[in-house]
Amino acid sequence: MIRIENVSFKHRATPILSDISLDIPKGGVVALIGPNGAGKSTLLSLVARLQPLQAGVISVDGLPVDTTPSRDLAKVLAILRQDTTIASRLRVRELVGFGRFPHGRGRLTQEDDAIVDAAVAQFDLTDLSDRFIETLSGGQRQRALVAMAFAQDTDYLLLDEPLNNLDMYYARALMRSLRSVADANGKTVVIVLHDINQASAHADRIVAMKSGRIIADGTPGEILTPDMLDTVFGFRMRVETIEGKPFALHQL
Amino acid sequence: MADRRLHGLGLAALAAAAAFLAIGLKGNIAFVLELRLLKLAALVQVGVAIAVSTVIFQTVTGNRILTPSIMGLDALYLFGQMLLVFLLGGVGYVTLDPQLKFGLEVVLLMGLACALLLPMLRSRLDMGLMLLAGVVFGVLFRSLQSLLARLIDPNEFAVVQSASFANFNAVRTDLLVFAAIVTVVALIIAWRARHVLDVISLGPDAAMGLGVSWAGTVTGLLLLVSALVAVSTALVGPVAFFGLLVAALAERIVNSRRHAVLLPAAGLTGIVVLVGGQTLFQHALGNATALGVVIEFVGGLIFLLLLVLGSRK
Repeated sequence: MIRIENVSFKHRATPILSDISLDIPKGGVVALIGPNGAGKSTLLSLVARLQPLQAGVISVDGLPVDTTPSRDLAKVLAILRQDTTIASRLRVRELVGFGRFPHGRGRLTQEDDAIVDAAVAQFDLTDLSDRFIETLSGGQRQRALVAMAFAQDTDYLLLDEPLNNLDMYYARALMRSLRSVADANGKTVVIVLHDINQASAHADRIVAMKSGRIIADGTPGEILTPDMLDTVFGFRMRVETIEGKPFALHQL
Repeated sequence: MADRRLHGLGLAALAAAAAFLAIGLKGNIAFVLELRLLKLAALVQVGVAIAVSTVIFQTVTGNRILTPSIMGLDALYLFGQMLLVFLLGGVGYVTLDPQLKFGLEVVLLMGLACALLLPMLRSRLDMGLMLLAGVVFGVLFRSLQSLLARLIDPNEFAVVQSASFANFNAVRTDLLVFAAIVTVVALIIAWRARHVLDVISLGPDAAMGLGVSWAGTVTGLLLLVSALVAVSTALVGPVAFFGLLVAALAERIVNSRRHAVLLPAAGLTGIVVLVGGQTLFQHALGNATALGVVIEFVGGLIFLLLLVLGSRK
């Protein structure tokens, strides 16, 4: 379980997060939604100890993120940040192989190789596996990065806008992969999404943030209502139910 | 493929070393060989130290056209020499115990690296700010050095000047054992860190996500770099572009940025360029020009080439 208690965060004098408390039990897909600047990415990076905690406590499976050795945490929790740029000259398979680093400190066993191959195959990267990262398109690179996070094979997977640069086909494929690892392997996926319909179609729970606070938390059915979406995003939109799932027509 | 090329580089390095020892061997062979072996050991050490420190520095800063000299370490070294001459006079400077002086220099250079790094650790400054601080420090030390240069006696200035330029002909063999210990320890640490270096090259976020504690690891690596720079600077004097030349060459040759391959490749390339070049200059060109000058010239060209190629991408 990820437990976030009374977390506040300031960038210089600007408050980014104010007194956030949130429990995310093990298993399932949780979507974080909210307008730009709501603090979603900051919250995710605090959980993944990429930034130091200023106030409050965060623990993952009982391990406090600020005092647990980074190496131990990397076996429990993987994060993919938004706009990750890889400066190094690497082939796709090498990059995905880095996901195994926390387990073998750089030495790949046969088991590691099998996991890497599976991640490469799962994200349709087999044909690209010998290509250099810098020769890939934005979407292909994004898939390689997600595959690396998958290969880390942790119980908790934090993804910050992983659908960036992905076309419809791969966005859907990624969401389905997340769904299946959550269902079949009991993994916990926390994902920042801008497309609330993807959240509705694939997440168990939606947490809505605005101005550094959590303003709504519930099932897709509870969050995707015209009133609630108005409070979160600041305009009214139609919500239609298709196959029992609510979808917001925010383009109209 | 990378392995074959690495073997090729190893053979080339061996050939360069053999040529350096064997060509024009006459007279008291045992005496000449001993002299040449000492010099060879120093050249190998300098070549490897500069190559490995540049590769690590480039990985840590995520920038392939930087060399450690940007951190102002060479400038501090030169300033230190000038200050010593200023305080002790030319005669006092020359009669200093070389081992003690060398030890102090290494400690001082690592101390400066620490001074630059600690603020970064505390406030999580970014790498760019730290490099800028290094550049500013470099300018400060260079200015102080030229101020002192104006104050001292011209005869004493000549003493400093001989220490201020890279000189591969007059290697300080008296420091060899001490320097060798520092270099070997640093190289062992670098080799053990090869996988961590691969992860570091992914950038801070990805590296932290994979369980590398960024600030601590980077600080350790930069200290390692400053120890290697200190050793090579004390042995032959400051070099700016040699590391860049060797790191760029090595990367082209093995076509990989994985440190398990790149670190040895860079070290071997350093040996080939330095020992091979020195042999060439001593025997083929009759010491017509200084190797240091040519290496800096070619390295400078490579630097410009990398800039142009990089901007075109």
